[in-house]
Formats: sequence, C-alpha cells, structure tokens
Amino acid sequence: MKIAVASGKGGTGKTTVSLNLALSLENVQLLDCDVEEPNCNLFLDHELEKVRDVQVQVPVISKERCDLCMKCVDACRFNALAKLLKSVMFFPKLCHGCGACSLVCPLGAIHEEGRSIGIIERSASSSSGTELYQGLLSIGEPMASPIIHALKTYIDDTRTVIIDSPPGLACPAISAITGTDYCVLVTEPTPFGLHDLSLAVELLKELHIPYGVVINRYGIGDERVDRYCSENNIPVLMKIPNELKIAELYSQGIPFVLKMPQWKANFLDMFSQIQKLTGRC
Amino acid sequence: MPKLITVISGKGGTGKTTLTAAFASLANNALIGDCDVDAADIHLILKPELTSKQDFYGMEVASINRDNCSACGLCAERCRFGAISKELVITAHICEGCGVCSLVCPENAITMKEHKAGEIFRSVTRFGPLVHAKLGIGEETSGKLVSMVRKISSEMAVENGIDLIIVDGPPGTGCSVIASITGGDLVLIVTEPSVAGIHDLKRVFEVTAHFGIKAVVCINKYNINEEKTADIEKFCQIKGIDVVGKLPLSDIPVKAMIKGQTVIEYDDGTFSGAVRDMWDKIMAGSCG
Repeated sequence: MKIAVASGKGGTGKTTVSLNLALSLENVQLLDCDVEEPNCNLFLDHELEKVRDVQVQVPVISKERCDLCMKCVDACRFNALAKLLKSVMFFPKLCHGCGACSLVCPLGAIHEEGRSIGIIERSASSSSGTELYQGLLSIGEPMASPIIHALKTYIDDTRTVIIDSPPGLACPAISAITGTDYCVLVTEPTPFGLHDLSLAVELLKELHIPYGVVINRYGIGDERVDRYCSENNIPVLMKIPNELKIAELYSQGIPFVLKMPQWKANFLDMFSQIQKLTGRC
Repeated sequence: MPKLITVISGKGGTGKTTLTAAFASLANNALIGDCDVDAADIHLILKPELTSKQDFYGMEVASINRDNCSACGLCAERCRFGAISKELVITAHICEGCGVCSLVCPENAITMKEHKAGEIFRSVTRFGPLVHAKLGIGEETSGKLVSMVRKISSEMAVENGIDLIIVDGPPGTGCSVIASITGGDLVLIVTEPSVAGIHDLKRVFEVTAHFGIKAVVCINKYNINEEKTADIEKFCQIKGIDVVGKLPLSDIPVKAMIKGQTVIEYDDGTFSGAVRDMWDKIMAGSCG
C-alpha cells in the first residue's frame, strides 16, 4: 500500500508524520519526495548510497547542419530556444526535455543528450526496518518533478510505502501524490492551516485519492479545522498535541516515537484506520 | 524601479507570511506581492478589497478530437510525461503542454487548447496595495504564475509611486522560489533552530548565492534550541550573512492570525518590538 503524506501549507509536520509512522511499522519503504528540501535522513541518519543521476534530455544543435530555419524555436513552448543572428541559443533550465525541437528539425541537426538536474540516493544497508529513498534537486535547478517521477520508479509494491511529499499543491506535490492509495493531510489548527487544508482537499477530490487528516500542534489555535473536518465528513486520523517536548525532539532531529514509545500505538492505530478506509485489511 | 525584498525560508512553516504581513504594517509606502501561489495565505490577514482580477493562462493543454483520431497510439508513445493513457485519454494535470503529441499525430486530431490555470487579484488593503493569485486546483505552472504576480506588482508599484515591493515567497528551492527572487534586491530567509531548519537554510542560501542576490536571516523561535541557534549564527558569520532578527517562541503569531491581524497590530510588547527592530535593520542596512 502506498500512503502519501502531504499538506498545502509548509511546516505543518509532513516529515514528522512520515517518519514516526514509518518507524512504528515493520518493513517500510520511505520515499522522501520533498526533493527541494529533503529532511527525512536528518532524522534517520542512514548511510546513503547514490543510485543514479536524474537527467533531462536536452537538445544539442549541430552548427554545421543547422540552416537557421527556426522550426525548433517555434516548436519549443517553454522558450528554451531563441534565435540569434547566426545561431540558435539554448537555455537549459527552461528545457522540459519534451523532444519537440529534434522532432521538427528538417535537417536532423538536433540530437539529445542527458543533462543532470539531481540525484537519487538510498539507504546503503537495509538492515533496519525502514529503507529510505530520497531525491535531491541540484541547487539552482527549477524542475523538481522529473526527480520525483524517477524516485517513484523505485517503489516496491510488496511493502508499505510512505511518501513524504513536498509542500504546496503545484507540480511537485501532484507528482508525489499521484498514484498513491491514500493521502494523509497534515495540518495545524490555525486559519492558514485550514485555508491550505481546504485547497489540498479540493486537489485530492480532483485526483480521486481517498484522504484523512492529521491535526498537528493540536491546541495551538482554534476549533475551525475540527469543525471543517466534521462538516465535510473527513476522517481525523490523529491529533498530535502542541507539546514543547515534541518540538524540542524535532529540533534535535529525533523522531518522537523513539523517545515517547507510547505514541507507536497511535501511529499503528492510524495505519489500521487507513487499511480499513481503503479496504486493505 | 521599486526595490524588491522577498521573504523565503527553504523549509515551510517558519513564519514567512506572519513576518511579511508584519512588514506590511510597518512599511511606509510598500506594495505586497504574494508569490506563494499554491498556498497563498497573506490575504487572510491583510483582508484585501478587490479592485480587479484577471485570468491566468498557463501552458496550453492537448485535446484529442475523437472524430479524426485513428487510435494509432503514436501520441501516447511519444509523450515523455506519461500524460496520455493507453486508451488515449489525456490527463490535463500531467500534460506539460509541450505539443509533441499534436506534432506527431498523422491525422491532425490533436489541438493545443488555451487553458485557464488561475486568477490574479489586484487589491487595496489597510496597509497599501496587494497583488495575490490563486493557482487553479491541480494546475502545474506555478513558476509562470509567480512571474506574473511579480510583473503586475512592479507595474502597480510604478503606477502608484511606490518604491518598495515586499514579496511573500514560497518554500523550497525550485521553480517558484527562483521565480520569486531573481532580479530582486534582497532576500530575507526565515529559519528556525532545528536540524531541518538549518539544512534547508543552507540549501536555500546557496540558491540566493547562485543567482547573486544578497540574503539576510531571521531566526524564528530561537529559544526552542539555543544550541542550534548558535550553529545558525556561526554559519551566517562564516558566510557573511547578517542575522537581522531573532524572535522567541510565542503564541502571539497564532493569536494575531486568528483575529486577522498582523503581530504589530495585535501586540505592543517585546515580540512586536523585536519584529520592528528587525524591520528597521533591514531598511537601514540592506535595502536602503
């Protein structure tokens, strides 16, 4: 079963929920899909090995063959190619690697080469119960989605897979959530938390993925998130209290179930709720 | 050209919007731009009165005309984004709008259609003008929408004789962050003293350095872990980054948010005092 942990608003506790859930279960594959800012291994401290580079196929234009017909410039919808006086200029960071330019070139002057935009790493030994895969987008690179797609090809469907998603609701989050069986939306009981939760709920309806809510820092704000969930029949899977001890453990990089083991039962309970809700128990 | 300050963080939830809203109530003559377009929240505090809105068109989306389609499957084969299923159904939120399918279709059955991907709002607030946006549900072009918010913010600032734009930025290091900071005068990175906060600060600082934009740092909730706060200060010292403010853990931001106020409006004690001092420092030093 593949469970995505997501949120509209950043910093609500996605990584906290992903890690503590993973550490409460046996034989879990954890995918850190927040490839712009992957944080899971700050808490697991696994030794990582590089699996591979993630590349985008980008055009290389042969100056000898090119007659400056500009069909490639016209075909590129990402403005990655521009006409200069005596050549075509290429802007690699704007290129999505769709291949339209080489497709339309009548002279066969364009071939493609891989351009690395990031890497995929995994736990070097899978001796512990949790196997981590993480993606890392290189600094200055704009496109996270190709890394997330590449990362998701390593999903092992025979195990429980937990996907720590990036914040927001745009391409990176959609790439992470798409194709999962259930989505846990982590929020906080504040006006910002509620607003972004309601947007995330709309997205999940659109993606036809079942979802439930974890309210983190419970007690910090008001009752509006509770009310919203009950009015919309959204299951509240867990409430994590606004406790200084949890925040302190987080700041030190310690998943709180390791120091507060009584919480493992709550995460196990959340997991069996998800199994029931998805009909997988 | 008006000056541009962008508030970012790398890690989400460190207090970008709370601080941007506070700065809105401290600045004399500023325009606020909300570039966190897929989780835009600052309007919940600034309570804008809408003056105009416009549709935002993202990338075009492929559409198959069934009458002409011979079901050859070439489009699905050549789409590198997996947006066309075996049954030749296009999933709009996966389609990147590259147009390859329409180029390869032997029956000319695929057209690229204009596609509304969001809305951009021009408003006035009790602190001055606001430009914010709403990305449509499941839309993918947030970088492009951020650039539009930036462009409209600049135009509106010039029209209104405003010399400062304060942008509430998104988390992360990717396309929306890059679109929010490039060409700006200053970036304020809001961090927190946790392993994740420090890690994300270092990465997002590298992004600002990569694009040659001056950055300053605010450490929020500094007293949650004073050891990590010292680590952040050391990192900043080595990199030559000014730490312009340290804010204590406090319930004031959430209380103010619930009332729909900025922390400056809500509180006149030490917390808002620390925010005020930080703003004065930013104005005096880095963006003067």
